[in-house]
Order: sequence, then structure tokens, then C-alpha cells
Amino acid sequence: MRIYVMSVFVDDQAKALDFYTAKLGFIVKNDIPLGDHRWLTIVSKEAPEGTELLLEPSEHPAVGPYKSSLVNDGIPAASFKVDDLKKEFERLRQLGVEFTLEPTDAGPVRMAVFDDTCGNLIQLVEMTEGK
Amino acid sequence: MNDDQLDNVFKALGDPIRRGILDRLAKRPGQSLFEICASSFAEDGRSLSRQTISQHLDMLERAGLVQTHWSGRTKMHTFDNAPLRKAAAAWLNKHLRKGSAA
Repeated sequence: MRIYVMSVFVDDQAKALDFYTAKLGFIVKNDIPLGDHRWLTIVSKEAPEGTELLLEPSEHPAVGPYKSSLVNDGIPAASFKVDDLKKEFERLRQLGVEFTLEPTDAGPVRMAVFDDTCGNLIQLVEMTEGK
Repeated sequence: MNDDQLDNVFKALGDPIRRGILDRLAKRPGQSLFEICASSFAEDGRSLSRQTISQHLDMLERAGLVQTHWSGRTKMHTFDNAPLRKAAAAWLNKHLRKGSAA
């Protein structure tokens, strides 16, 4: 058994696609029309055969309260790993990405949190233990 | 400051986890629940559930020691030392002055 896809609920798939590819730098793996929506998954350029992230529509009535409760408490909906958090933070900030938490030490990792403009907070993590 | 308020302040202070939260909020004001949980783990090595931290924050808020504001759609917490000053004026100072010779 393998984990091949995980999802984040996005307010708008087209807007999410732009943010996750043009800003974050992920690439599209699957883009299949599915009625009103798309089966839209992205992968990392660094691991194109790795786990896919599904940009899932937020239509279900439970999704709104779920997403806003997480955002209220500052809790990220997904977490991405980077080699150099400082560099990635500077790069994304230049692109206008809004950080709710600037790079901060959190035990064995350094982390930052930004707004994906589609209703989610996303965490970036750099493993610092053993460096 | 009345007796109920004074009780709330001393009750809120009567716990090492809550004092730790205040210490960290004093160092870095404006933290979300997520950050408070992460920093309590990073600094104390204590892994507490969000539910537990959330209950501690409620007590601190009731005592006025933690103030909240919204940054976008995220609730941020900040330490307010005003209740400490008021508690000092209402009760602590009375005894601290007497003992100042020691």
C-alpha cells in the first residue's frame, strides 16, 4: 500500500492551479475534466513520481467550517519540505506570498506558514536537526 | 480590581504551563494557537494537545492576561501585564512594602 495522493480543499481550482504552479513551482500531473470540476493534481519538480497533491473543490458544506476553523487557530492544511527555508521564504515573499508566520525554530525543524489565497494556510519546513 | 478578578489572576498564574505560555508570549507577541503549541514543544520539549493549550489560553484570557486580535482570519494572542499591576496594587503591594526592609 502506498500514499499516492493527498488533498487540500481550494476555493477556486483555476486560481489554486496558478498559485501552486506559478508561485510555489509545482507541476501539473493530472488535469482531467470531471463535470463541474477537474481531477487536478500537482507534484514537485524535485520528485515528479512522488505523492500527488489534489487541489480539491471546497463545495461540500462541511469544508467551509473545517477550513475556517483551521485558519482561525493558525493551523496549516498541508506541509511542504524545503532544503533552505530562508531562501524559499525570500523568494516567495518577493512574489507577493503572504506569510502568517515568518521562519521560526520549532524543535528539530525550522518552519514558516503562508496563505495559499485559496482558503488555506500552508507550512514550509526545513529539517535542521543533524545539520 | 475586585476579589473575583484577583482570584482569576492568581488562578491563571497558578500553573507552570500557563506561566510558560505567558513567558513565550511576552518574548514574541501575536501568536496563533498553532504557534503557541509549536513553541511550547520547541522550548519545553512538552508536547501538549491543542485542546489543552486552548483551555489554558481561555483561563489566561478570562484573567485578562492574554488579549486577542485578528490578523486576517487568524486569531493572535498577546500577553497583557496590566492585570499583574492591578493585582499588585490591589493586594500584593500592601505586603511587599512591609517586607521591603528584609
